[in-house]
Amino acid sequence: MTLTEVPAPAAVKQPVRPPRKRLRYALTVAVFLLPSAVPLLLFTLIPMAGSLWTSLHEWNLITPMKWVGLDNYADLLASEETRAAFGHTLYFIAGYLPLVYAGGLGLAMLLNRAMKGRDLFRAIYFLPVVTSWVVVALLWKWLLNPASGIVNWAIGLVGLEGPGWWTDPDWAMPSIILASAWKDLGFVMIILLAGLQAIPNEYLEAARVDGANAWQRFRRITLPLLSPSTFFVVVISLINGFQVFDQVHVMTGGGPAGATQVVVEQVYNLTFKYGRAGAASALSWLLFAVVLVVTLIQVRGQRRWVNYG
Amino acid sequence: MARAGRYVVVGLGALIMLFPFAWAVITSLTPAGAVLQTPPDFTPDGAGFGAYERLLETMPFWRIMFNSLWIAVASTVFQLVTSSMAAYAFARLPFPGRGALFAVYLATLMVPLQVLVVPLFIEMRTFNLTDTYFAVLAPTIASAFGVFLLRQAVRQVPREFDEAAVLDGAGHFRIFALVVLPLIRPALATFAIFGFMASWNSFLWPLVIIRSPEFMTLPLGLANLHGQFTTEWNVVMAGSVVSVVPILVLYLFAQKHVIASVAQSGLK
Repeated sequence: MTLTEVPAPAAVKQPVRPPRKRLRYALTVAVFLLPSAVPLLLFTLIPMAGSLWTSLHEWNLITPMKWVGLDNYADLLASEETRAAFGHTLYFIAGYLPLVYAGGLGLAMLLNRAMKGRDLFRAIYFLPVVTSWVVVALLWKWLLNPASGIVNWAIGLVGLEGPGWWTDPDWAMPSIILASAWKDLGFVMIILLAGLQAIPNEYLEAARVDGANAWQRFRRITLPLLSPSTFFVVVISLINGFQVFDQVHVMTGGGPAGATQVVVEQVYNLTFKYGRAGAASALSWLLFAVVLVVTLIQVRGQRRWVNYG
Repeated sequence: MARAGRYVVVGLGALIMLFPFAWAVITSLTPAGAVLQTPPDFTPDGAGFGAYERLLETMPFWRIMFNSLWIAVASTVFQLVTSSMAAYAFARLPFPGRGALFAVYLATLMVPLQVLVVPLFIEMRTFNLTDTYFAVLAPTIASAFGVFLLRQAVRQVPREFDEAAVLDGAGHFRIFALVVLPLIRPALATFAIFGFMASWNSFLWPLVIIRSPEFMTLPLGLANLHGQFTTEWNVVMAGSVVSVVPILVLYLFAQKHVIASVAQSGLK
């Protein structure tokens, strides 16, 4: 299908026009659509096709491509590194999502009541959200510097010895999770706060009158009515989590000893370090398939727990 | 009591949010010799702007910042124009195959950048466009997300408004520019905020396509700086501090609207 071709207007929907007017109408439609259709064709659709094509070849970006069919996919599915990359990505999500959701929900609950300086607090918590990932990664790499970082100095004050953070294979992923949660906490808080504010106060009042305690009100009223916002946060966080790259690339570059080699970092390295553009493209499609399936499962499953009132 | 406790928790959290920025400022003012010393020095002797001078000597920092700014502005303007026009067509100009074409637009929305990075790189290399401003900007000229968002807004404009304009003899271009655009201003502002932030923060694509410092954007320039000065944290922090300033100023002005836009995005 070509995007640039502009079909003639439908005779059914449009009044029958003389040919000249029809041509003018078609031109009008074209003028409105081409500014977006041409770039989408050139910079999204064609690269999409190119990526699929590349994934069926062996290619180092320099010498001619060699057709290998689905071998790249088969190799990736069988390879230890792919499994490790998905494992690291899941580790990231498993650490990041609960932290950012619990923290964001707690803050949103605290800020969901009239208090002085609420707007100021909200603005402060949101500040890291507008800061770029690269800056956030650098700030935290310095804070978590094993030898001269201020965090380990503070841990030392209470008589403990801080870990090696991003230089230690066991602590590198927790370091990335910490920095990421710090950055996105305000985002999650704002989404959940908006959800909380949409819950009618009468419901909570009625429950209070009926003798429900704070925990029961939270569990039975707030959480269910907040579920659309929770759903949004979970879907977005999973999509972003599977695609985690910037902070990893800056903080560890996938190291130490490959401990934080996430999928997109692997795509990057396969292409530009190992000259395996075909395998990289195949891996990016595998990741896309995983994200798509995970998102579809959530959309399907939302009926069970998401309450749209 | 509970009230005081709430303030303490929220206040402590706010400190945790602000401290990394404050520490970056302090580190950036620390002289080179004292950066790695423990215990850390909160009021370093000989504090000064040495690290900032170093920063400006080693990389064309102002140019990189200017690149980031104008690329973010250009990308936002392009997306606003192309998306609002397409949104008008999809909402107001019936033509055969419109539904299918809209589905194609939506499909591109689902494909993540990392799928496109390799072929985009090849495409740019084929036309000798790597390491150019054009290459950085190209993938952000159109936005399927914007088309989707603004189409919703255009559909909410009552048709009577268009019809009144038609009676006055206005064509589609005038209806679009003079009737529809002013009425969807809130949606345009929301989309502009998202577009600006996305461009300002983007890292993967510039990392792939740009090699020369004079075409770099801030995230790439900073990552590069860190690669060069792995232990000179005062210089790296100086770069981080300066690069936060423009977005901070914008944020202070548009803070209410930014937060409202994000809050709204979750209420659907």
